[in-house]
Amino acid sequence: MPRGFWPVLYTLLAAASGAGAAAAEDAVDFHRDIRPILSGACFQCHGPDEKQRKADLRLDTKAGAFEDRGGHFVIVAGKPEASRLMQRITAQDPKKRMPPAKSGKSLSPKQVELIRRWIRQGAKWSEHWAFVPPVRPVLPAVTDRQWLRNAIDAFILARLEREGLTPAPPADRVTLLRRLSLDLIGLPPTPAEVDAFLADPSPNAYAKQVERLLQSPHYGERWGRHWLDAARYADSDGYEKDKSRQVWAYREWVINALNRDLPYNQFVIEQLAGDLLPGATQDQRVATGFLRNSMINEEGGVDPEQFRMEAMFDRMDAIGKSILGLTIQCAQCHNHKFDPLTQEEYYRMFAFLNNDYEADIAVYAPAEQRKRADIFRGIRAIEADLQHRHPDWPKRLAAWEETVKGDQPDWQVVRPELDASGGQKHYLLADGSVLAQGYAPTKHTTDFTVRTDLPAITAVRLELLNDPNLPLGGPGRSIKGLCALTEFRVEAAPADNPKQKKQVKIARATADVNPPERELEPIFNDRTKRRRVTGPIQYAIDGKDETAWGIDIGPGRSNVPRKAVFVFDKPITFPKGALLTFRLTQNHGGWNSDDNQNNNLGRFRFSITTAPNAAADPLPEHVRRILAVPAERRTPAQTAALFSYWRTTVPQWRDANARIEELWRQHPEGSAQLVLQARGEPRPTHMLKRGDFLKPGKVVGPGVPAFLHPLPDQAPPTRLSFARWLADRNSPTTARAIVNRVWQAYFGTGIVSTSEDLGSQSEAPSHPELLDWLAVEFMDRGWSLKTLHRLIVTSAVYRQSSRVTPDLLARDPLNRWLARGPRMRVEAEAVRDLALAASGLLDEKIGGPSVFPPAPAFLFQPPASYGPKIWPEDTGSGRYRRALYTFRYRSVPYPMLQTFDAPNGDFSCVRRVRSNTPLQALTTLNEPLFLECARALALRTVREGGGTEPQRLEYAFRRCLARRPTATESAALLALLDKQLRRYQQGDTNPWELAAEDPKLPPKLPEGVTLPQLAAWTVVARVLLNLDETITKE
Amino acid sequence: MNCQDSWYRNADPRLVARRWFFRQCGVGLGVMALGQLLSRAGYAAATNPLAPRQPHHRPRAKRVIFLFMAGAPSHLELFDYKPELARFDGKLPPADLIQGYRAAFINPNSKLLGPKFKFARHGRSGAELSELLPHLAGVVDDIAIVKSMVTDAFNHAPGQILMNTGSQQFGRPSVGAWATYGLGSESQDLPGFIVFSSGKKGPSGGNSNWGSGFLPTVYQGVQFRGGSEPVLYLSNPRGVDAQTQRDSLDTIRTLNQARLDEMGDPEIATRISSFEMAFRMQASAPELMDIAREPKHVLTMYGAEPGKPSFANNCLLARRLVERGVRFVQLFHEAWDQHGNLVKDLKQNCLDTDRACAALIKDLKQRGLLDETLVIWGGEFGRTPMVQGGNDGRDHHPNAFTMWLAGGGIKPGITLGRSDDFGFNVVSERVHVHDLHATILHLLGFDHTRLTYRFQGRDFRLTDVHGQVVEALLA
Repeated sequence: MPRGFWPVLYTLLAAASGAGAAAAEDAVDFHRDIRPILSGACFQCHGPDEKQRKADLRLDTKAGAFEDRGGHFVIVAGKPEASRLMQRITAQDPKKRMPPAKSGKSLSPKQVELIRRWIRQGAKWSEHWAFVPPVRPVLPAVTDRQWLRNAIDAFILARLEREGLTPAPPADRVTLLRRLSLDLIGLPPTPAEVDAFLADPSPNAYAKQVERLLQSPHYGERWGRHWLDAARYADSDGYEKDKSRQVWAYREWVINALNRDLPYNQFVIEQLAGDLLPGATQDQRVATGFLRNSMINEEGGVDPEQFRMEAMFDRMDAIGKSILGLTIQCAQCHNHKFDPLTQEEYYRMFAFLNNDYEADIAVYAPAEQRKRADIFRGIRAIEADLQHRHPDWPKRLAAWEETVKGDQPDWQVVRPELDASGGQKHYLLADGSVLAQGYAPTKHTTDFTVRTDLPAITAVRLELLNDPNLPLGGPGRSIKGLCALTEFRVEAAPADNPKQKKQVKIARATADVNPPERELEPIFNDRTKRRRVTGPIQYAIDGKDETAWGIDIGPGRSNVPRKAVFVFDKPITFPKGALLTFRLTQNHGGWNSDDNQNNNLGRFRFSITTAPNAAADPLPEHVRRILAVPAERRTPAQTAALFSYWRTTVPQWRDANARIEELWRQHPEGSAQLVLQARGEPRPTHMLKRGDFLKPGKVVGPGVPAFLHPLPDQAPPTRLSFARWLADRNSPTTARAIVNRVWQAYFGTGIVSTSEDLGSQSEAPSHPELLDWLAVEFMDRGWSLKTLHRLIVTSAVYRQSSRVTPDLLARDPLNRWLARGPRMRVEAEAVRDLALAASGLLDEKIGGPSVFPPAPAFLFQPPASYGPKIWPEDTGSGRYRRALYTFRYRSVPYPMLQTFDAPNGDFSCVRRVRSNTPLQALTTLNEPLFLECARALALRTVREGGGTEPQRLEYAFRRCLARRPTATESAALLALLDKQLRRYQQGDTNPWELAAEDPKLPPKLPEGVTLPQLAAWTVVARVLLNLDETITKE
Repeated sequence: MNCQDSWYRNADPRLVARRWFFRQCGVGLGVMALGQLLSRAGYAAATNPLAPRQPHHRPRAKRVIFLFMAGAPSHLELFDYKPELARFDGKLPPADLIQGYRAAFINPNSKLLGPKFKFARHGRSGAELSELLPHLAGVVDDIAIVKSMVTDAFNHAPGQILMNTGSQQFGRPSVGAWATYGLGSESQDLPGFIVFSSGKKGPSGGNSNWGSGFLPTVYQGVQFRGGSEPVLYLSNPRGVDAQTQRDSLDTIRTLNQARLDEMGDPEIATRISSFEMAFRMQASAPELMDIAREPKHVLTMYGAEPGKPSFANNCLLARRLVERGVRFVQLFHEAWDQHGNLVKDLKQNCLDTDRACAALIKDLKQRGLLDETLVIWGGEFGRTPMVQGGNDGRDHHPNAFTMWLAGGGIKPGITLGRSDDFGFNVVSERVHVHDLHATILHLLGFDHTRLTYRFQGRDFRLTDVHGQVVEALLA
């Protein structure tokens, strides 16, 4: 073994197993001691995967390990010498020894000895603990009962007493409040909050603080961020284009759900299937954004189905890690090698999720929802008034119906031949319509050719149709789900002589929507100086590249089907059929096809007719459908919808109609959210060979793995059933996984350190009974996360001092036994938030779209990024919002957050790295926003910190660290202040260079404060913000 | 990416070191003593996860420079001359060739397009190169050309991620991260894995091309750029001069030290050393980036121009970085996606890169660095022999493409592997991306099946369950 790196590893392993061995002196524990050895060294060939299984031997089940193998036994309880297992793992002959050398695995003498002792002690076997539902364990007996504050402490203390350790004394009040505040809301306490707590003599003073913080709306922000890691939240698509997407409504849902303490089981159900709940609200649909946080690839050459599959795998992985606490993605290619999950079971779970549209819906903030309700109420009132004043309306409506009945020509849908070439991919759907997917070029012309035997074709109809896969349901692909048609042309050729192609002259065009001319919106700016407009249908046949037919008639009612009819000046007839080519020119997008600037048609259909004088039917599709229902069988809603259309055709009602139009113009824009939307017809789910979507195997139906709890008998095979199953009380891992992660957030390490994996390969829990107790308690108390938090933070173990002695550090370097409180650097977002809060710059607004704090502009431009990205730096208070709201591009992570280990959302993350690097030091020292914080803290300090320098120091120090400085600390900081003050007084440099954002526009100096003083304080403030303790939870 | 780590799981060498540190040194260690200790190799080896480490076997390469030609250069115009393709120019490809073939943009049944440039043989090895690569022709006996590369992906982001991480799915560590994880870095004050980007745009795979995946974040590539501030936030802010910075850092250290004395948390000691390393980097990085200090003839050889960011500058910087002990340098040059403008753009791309690539080989060789520096050139896939558009473009093609390698234990002056008459499929000495990875790790001293990291209950490796060392490439 080479020297250097590896010996260091061995020292640690020895130290770690030393701690374990001390605990295992007496009885060998199968879960803790034996199962991990078998899993690590044997299961690969003698485990759940039958394809890999050697010698037809399974060691992952009791039946397998103890079976009669023709007179001999692998394991004979109590008799190591008679057990084949012992013979093989101790064999001298390398050919016989297990595990075989070529497997790369080996057993240490210590492991062999453990197995020997386990067999001697009776080879007690039990299923892997995590696959057996937790039951509430009895509290262990402890000696020092006085220390206990709640049940958690009993489990911790029992372990400590067994280890011969004693708990640390409680942390002092200031440290405790800062810890509590950072833990519950992710922000430090203000000096006033500290003072109030110190001055509160009541016995429940601490409990009051806990309640205050649990009620704070910042609680949802702090704990929401943890969930967003698991939900792989990001504001962009990932892959090459990495376009921005609107998903912040989901983030807001998470924050709000936690703030109102939505029970965790419900929290899970809504994220998996909120849309399928009876009477699903907008919020419940938004919650399914959890599944949509997968990346999307819209590179030029992609097959969208391939990346839908990638997204499906990602969803499965996210569900596994974040909800089940299991790593299931191995089974996408083959049976799991360690856990009893077969590939077929994987695809059975997959089948629950495989029946959805990748939808993007409009969502409205509460104020917008109220506005919408007002508008619709207003419209209804005007319509009711019309009906009231014209009681004969049903008769008039019926008369009108007669006039429009059968007034449309017959249209024959024609299906173009499509291939998968080109950037934007076109798919022919069952109804003959074409769906555009994948890459969306902003300027392009595409031909669609159809063959027809219809003689004397007089006109073609282009329908624009909705589709759940399009933004806001379409019919276009722009971010509003709309589109513009620059030019429409038709060419015709005889089917038997395609080369004789001639352009067909279009005599006239009609459409069911003809908006007035208007200039393109800024997002479609193509960086030419041309004035580009949309307007009526004539703009699609005027031969001008600057004009296009548009369908945008304002928010709330533009995402509807549309149609245009183009009449030829002469009917087209070829004796052996015709080849018609429809050429769609779509040049009304912006300059950058790598961004959300397309203005393309999303789903459309061509039909032809032989009728003379065809025109676009002014009646919307839904009105035609209602008309097809006999009047007496129409629902009130249908009648109302019919009335709403018909009234627009009544000339006498012009005023009322105009008032309704005016109401529509007030409709809020809203925003969008990626969600799931169930398809009417389920997709068949195939098992994929090696996970390759081009190699579908047998079809499987929805189902759940046998090693977990069963699905209720009557459960329909829907995503909702799967969601309910995941959040079922009988799930052995769901509650354990979440309580373990909450524990991890407090103490740095979970009770099971591998919080993403509670399966066979997980690390043994440090306190298995505590984990089960917490899981059961959590479920018994209604899956309330706030109750869980309350329980943990009021325990004695949480309240310990985090000071550590060399001796304790040597015995328990990772603090697994918790003989001291947690001490760790706060997470990336909190590093930023702490500086903002200490400086007083923090904008505490909750929720809303993502923000753009300062970032180096070059990062968002080639060649640093693939395409030019938008980073409109916030100049107002938006730059001081909590880091949770910082816009996250997957391909260009925000540097400060990345440096402090925030994940970029490529995949689900339930356990962050916590690194400590020079790049972090450079960031807090030199990054512009940290410097703004230093300036703001300095200014605030000289303004509000008192009249003397020591008073000011105490003020600034407490804003960062909550506590007061020690004499040594004061001396060092005041010395720095003094030295800097002298340097600035000497006038070497302009102090405003440091002390002002813009030296030419300096802030007003407070009364009695000199500029050198302010600059010197800026230096000190910068030092305070860079202390280890400032960014540490002690 | 910043997910999961070794800290709480297997072995965090630093923790062991900290325990040692506390036993040996006590908690009340003075600042000076700490500083000295940190600089002593023994302690650095233990505290710093980037400390140099020995691999499995004696390495042939100690460092890597990967010239990543993002966008996928046309092997048919640069390395893999196909007279038959010229003969069939304008004809449809044989039906059996394209059966089941999936293309990114074109209908696979598109006409064949003959090579656009002349080829000639060069050097003692007689390797065939395009007229576009006159400078590479001058060092052709120092490189090994592999004409039989194969990959699985034919879209840029997945293809680049596969070439750089061994998987089309995001979230795996990059080759550079694996190398740095395995070997550490020999640089005291620079990151172990440094990335540059030039060309028209950044790479399609974004930061994940140099991410650390599930490895600790210290192993991820750090993006440098030309100019005086190669690393983000390297420079002192406006109004902070060297004296103020030093005074500030001294005060930070004093207070951190006091806290270390009080709390006994070794993480504070690490923080102290992080700030000191940051200070050193502030001094060393600008010096490193200052290529104006290079002699004129060196600048000319590369075609580098101080102050004007370019691939050539980055090549020169790569040499300066490996001289300073940086383990892995990766240059992304995204310019090679010639769906159209094949002739014009390839000419330009070769003008931009050929001279510098050759200069890098020459320069490393002259300095005696080439023996232990592995240089790799290539993109994420090749291009179709079928035309895209009129007659001046090619689509993405994964079945056959060309890369070259040099130095660091690579057999010089050879051409390995062959593609068929159209450059469509590989017919001999197939080298899959996983095989390339296995070979890179082998040259760095690793058995690719044993350089593993435990994550989510299983041991992951760069090559997953694939990869064979390409023995024929080894010197």
